[in-house]
Amino acid sequence: MKRYTGLLALAVLFVGPLVWALGVSFKTQTEATRVPPTLLPTEPTTSAYGTVFQGTTDTPVLRWFANSLVAATGHMLLALVVSSLAAYALARLEFPGKKPMFGVIVGTLLVPGFVFLIPQFLIVDQLGWLDSLTALIVPGAAGAFGVFFLRQFFLGLPRELDEAALMEGANHWHIFWRITLPLSRPALATLAVLSFLSNWNDFIWPIYVIFSPEYFTLPPGLSILQGAYTIHYPVIMAGAVLAGIPVLILFSLTQRYVIEGISRSGLKG
Amino acid sequence: MVAISAEETLEREVRVPRSGKATPYLFLAPYLILFSVFVLAPALFGIWVSLHDWDYLLEGKPFVGLDNYTALFDGQSPVSGDFWMSMRATGIFTVFSVPFLVVLPLGVALLLNRPFRGRTLFRGLFFAPFVLGVAVVCLMWRLLLDPNLGLVDWILGTPIPWTTATPWAWIALVGVTVWWTLGFNAVIYLAGMQDIPRELYDAAKVDGAGRWGEFVHVTLPGLRPVALFVVTTTILASANMFGQSYLLTQGAPGGETRTAIMYMLQQGLREYKMGSASAMSYLLTLLLILVSVANFRLLRTRP
Repeated sequence: MKRYTGLLALAVLFVGPLVWALGVSFKTQTEATRVPPTLLPTEPTTSAYGTVFQGTTDTPVLRWFANSLVAATGHMLLALVVSSLAAYALARLEFPGKKPMFGVIVGTLLVPGFVFLIPQFLIVDQLGWLDSLTALIVPGAAGAFGVFFLRQFFLGLPRELDEAALMEGANHWHIFWRITLPLSRPALATLAVLSFLSNWNDFIWPIYVIFSPEYFTLPPGLSILQGAYTIHYPVIMAGAVLAGIPVLILFSLTQRYVIEGISRSGLKG
Repeated sequence: MVAISAEETLEREVRVPRSGKATPYLFLAPYLILFSVFVLAPALFGIWVSLHDWDYLLEGKPFVGLDNYTALFDGQSPVSGDFWMSMRATGIFTVFSVPFLVVLPLGVALLLNRPFRGRTLFRGLFFAPFVLGVAVVCLMWRLLLDPNLGLVDWILGTPIPWTTATPWAWIALVGVTVWWTLGFNAVIYLAGMQDIPRELYDAAKVDGAGRWGEFVHVTLPGLRPVALFVVTTTILASANMFGQSYLLTQGAPGGETRTAIMYMLQQGLREYKMGSASAMSYLLTLLLILVSVANFRLLRTRP
């Protein structure tokens, strides 16, 4: 019983703020500015969502939502493809220079991310990608985490199937496509969800490489929304809900993959 | 796979994989191209940039040697005052957030460690804030901490300038960060606890250890490698702090809560003084390496 009391108190601390903020998005502006604040909306309305969906030239929130979806999905797919191919070579093939190559790739995981920001900006500028979704999709897929994570998983797969297939005359592409990938569905799902989440939530990179409101994703968009609507909290919260609910749903559906993936890679790393 | 030629039979016998020398590189090529352009090149290019007076908007980018680095230590230079103030902000934030983020998640993990009904649900609830982005979290907490309209001050019964005055701004930044990322560390601890062999607990029971004895003599020592990981990653994450200051306090009051990353990016990507900003990023990296090494030695060698 004591355990549940503690857990419930903690649950209120963690979920309470989320529920209250969700409630504010359904309040009228008058009720949201009422002192003392109401716990839940007394006269629920969706007018804040109306404002958000309608948008303005400076705050095209639905467009941001679409951009976020395109960027996160594109990034996720690209990361899955390039990381799984590279991880297969590093886990299953022999070639000169393999060890130092893997060492360099993993070594970059130890370099703090902010070191890359300014030179990456200059490179993305040279490629002509500034102020476009390409800048949000491609560079992030070069991160070493996916390669490291999948390589560890591939190493744990039994080699007998590969060897049998090799004897049957299959080439490595067949083995990768027909044996390794199907056996790695949990790892691929984990990497897919983690890549999607990190791109969907990314704030620091898009605020510097995107300049036009029409190419913003939701996180930088929300900071614009906050500036534009100052204390129109129902509108700001409706924007936050739009950015938060999809990832909370995704998380609730894939909780096992996300948490196992994070705890395993954290410990083995 | 139906007809096997003589050549293939031979291959089968000596078990040579049917792949050319190029195969590994074909698998690696797409990733290596991205990796070279967006990870390797920037890491090296950044050093080059830091050795120049690199103004993005100007044509000439003269070589200045280590001037960008020495300027950070020269009290007369225009950047050093603001830079060290921002380093101080990052330092304050790290010193106050790391202990909470190392200890509190351990408590939460202990609560979740034994099997009970609803365990997965509670684990998910505590982890949930972490899947939200910094923008959503900070917008939400700006409202919750609004001195007039927020729930927090209504519960406390007094208006507190959470985002506009110190020490309140620090408490808000640390508190929101703890709320946001506690679940991540708890999940890491929890995985570490599940790797501790059950026999050790049974042995402790035989020796007459109570719950506290078990915790001190079995759980804590068993968690040493995990704790090292948690402490290191939490220090790095705190030193990387950017979004919370940017969105919650906007550096207020008077730049006191403007962190090193925030100042570096303002110099580099708003005022386009990229040489100076790159120098800052490498100096901060060097400091983080020193902290990580010290931390590793401290936690690893204790008996």
